[in-house]
Amino acid sequence: MSEIPILKVEDLRVSLPVDGGTLNAVRGVSFDVNRGETLCIVGESGCGKSLTSLAIMGLLPRRAKREAAALAFDGQSLQGMSPRGLRKLRGDRMAMIFQEPMTSLNPAYTVGDQLMEALLTHRKVSRSEARARAIALLEQVGITAAERRLAQYPHQLSGGLRQRVMIAMALMCGPELIIADEPTTALDVTIQAQILHLLLELKREMGLALVLITHDLGVVARIADRVAVMYAGEVVETGTAAEIFSDPQHPYTRGLLSCIPVPGRTRPGEHLGSVPGVVPSLIGSFTECGFRERCPLAREACARPIGLTPLGEGRAVRCVLAETEEAAA
Amino acid sequence: MTPPAPENPAHEAPAHEAPTDETPMLELRNVSRQFKVSRGLMKGSTNLKAVDDVSLQLRRGEVLGLVGESGCGKTTLSRILLGLMPPSSGEVLVGGEPMSAADRKARARRIQPVFQDPYSSLNPRKTVSQIVSAPLEVHDVGAPGDRARVVAETLDLVGLPRRVADSYPGQMSGGQRQRVAIARALVMRPEVMICDEPTSALDVSVQSQILNLLLDLQKELGLTYLLISHNLAVVEHLANRVAVMYLGRIVEVSETAKLFAGPRHPYAEALLASVLTPDPGMGVPDTQLGLAYPNPIDPPSGCAFHPRCKAATDLCKARRPETIRDAAGLVECHLATPAPLPA
Repeated sequence: MSEIPILKVEDLRVSLPVDGGTLNAVRGVSFDVNRGETLCIVGESGCGKSLTSLAIMGLLPRRAKREAAALAFDGQSLQGMSPRGLRKLRGDRMAMIFQEPMTSLNPAYTVGDQLMEALLTHRKVSRSEARARAIALLEQVGITAAERRLAQYPHQLSGGLRQRVMIAMALMCGPELIIADEPTTALDVTIQAQILHLLLELKREMGLALVLITHDLGVVARIADRVAVMYAGEVVETGTAAEIFSDPQHPYTRGLLSCIPVPGRTRPGEHLGSVPGVVPSLIGSFTECGFRERCPLAREACARPIGLTPLGEGRAVRCVLAETEEAAA
Repeated sequence: MTPPAPENPAHEAPAHEAPTDETPMLELRNVSRQFKVSRGLMKGSTNLKAVDDVSLQLRRGEVLGLVGESGCGKTTLSRILLGLMPPSSGEVLVGGEPMSAADRKARARRIQPVFQDPYSSLNPRKTVSQIVSAPLEVHDVGAPGDRARVVAETLDLVGLPRRVADSYPGQMSGGQRQRVAIARALVMRPEVMICDEPTSALDVSVQSQILNLLLDLQKELGLTYLLISHNLAVVEHLANRVAVMYLGRIVEVSETAKLFAGPRHPYAEALLASVLTPDPGMGVPDTQLGLAYPNPIDPPSGCAFHPRCKAATDLCKARRPETIRDAAGLVECHLATPAPLPA
């Protein structure tokens, strides 16, 4: 019926052994991403959004356990793929941009070597071609004196520059899918706008699919086609950006949206909304609604597993209130 | 084309007038700070002007926002205000009195910092009560019994349960840690808090709680804040006035509402344009800033902003604009005109 999604994730679960049991960090996450589509995963620390992205890339820490009903890139299952096959995909057709550039840049190699490595590994190109591409991309992410930067080591660059080197590195092979974990959070607003611009351009021109993990609701609103809101290891609401922002259904989504100041809309000096409380511990068998403890609308019925209630094409919410409304309708 | 005489010609004002309500809480007069940086092997060193002839007032009871890109000198400026770094030239006045390096302790009693990262700014081996009472010990304030009481009161003030007093930072959430950092700043009952990106490292729902707390504390205790942030929505929410910094200089100071309604400096305009409000379908604005922030070691000629300015003229390349101080605040741009005095 429809095209094969570039990324298919179905019932993804990630658990980690910790003191006192098993931490069920990702508890059954499902989503599809089509070519040329931007999916934003929104959520706060501990909601499992970063582990979700690492699980897709096959980059989880060794002690973590991954299970999924399906995990496929362009129709090709990523589960059971050989490490070699996975390496062939990563950095070439799918790339990842991490939040913390220092953890993913090698301090012992120059920026140029690391940038060019991706292209030299995956494509039959000459060093000078790889070098030219590296320079062009550094310029596109707003780095001046790009040629000189190639000879520098990561520690010689500021945090903002390193982050942009990471982004350039992810783009080297012209990937079809980029998974980016808070790619612009540490950057100045001006650079952020510029990099988001570049990503949108690549999406338009090359059909790049993007999974962007962020807690910045401004970024989400401006670049997402679809949004998945995560809380306590689960997707609690999905929809288009317009649906999520104009008609949020889950109490957590509503709470989050009330927390941010918006020039011209929130009144300066007045209290912002808040979501009191903290995220629940996901150690052991946790089955109830994860938001129950913080939810102003919580009731007894929330103390059991809550499924996603479909509200329309690509639109769903995981809340007991939606279940009862649906039953009433 | 000389601008009108400034309301407050810094160097002419007598230094030791009796403080009045009008006396600024904190004042920088022609403050500069240079760093010697190496140009590279065998190339000698050069001066980097991190802060370049800044005159700025922090009025009693106000929240002054300070915005600008990384490397513009915001943090150097805050370190000078905190007394952690002497200015290369110029004067810092606290309550109308000049403060020299020797008065660091006196200054620390009145001006306290809140830093960005509550994960790295708290000693992981100390309990909350040790962290919060440390300033009291350093300044030898109160007997040990009194200190415990003051710490408990301060924890109440920032909305932390007293039972956390014996906890370690590692046992707390990010929001709680930032509350501890605020409690540590408040325990000396300072008049001014320098908040450097106080919520940038926090989750959205926690950020709003800390912003609400900062607002409450300011109202209850009559505090004065300098709020350094790259989140302009946060600045708009908290600040009464905003100072915009570019390459070591303050290029605009305006009341917050006026700045957001109509910035006077093209750089302020570009910064505001890059704020991403949560409006789906609006796309990402083109700030038209061009590529990079200039290298502060080798600043552009004339107006330092001219290479990125869409309205730049030959004059902007050749000559640095005069500082216009008028009824609306301050602006440093060849294209700006002095605001008419209010009738």
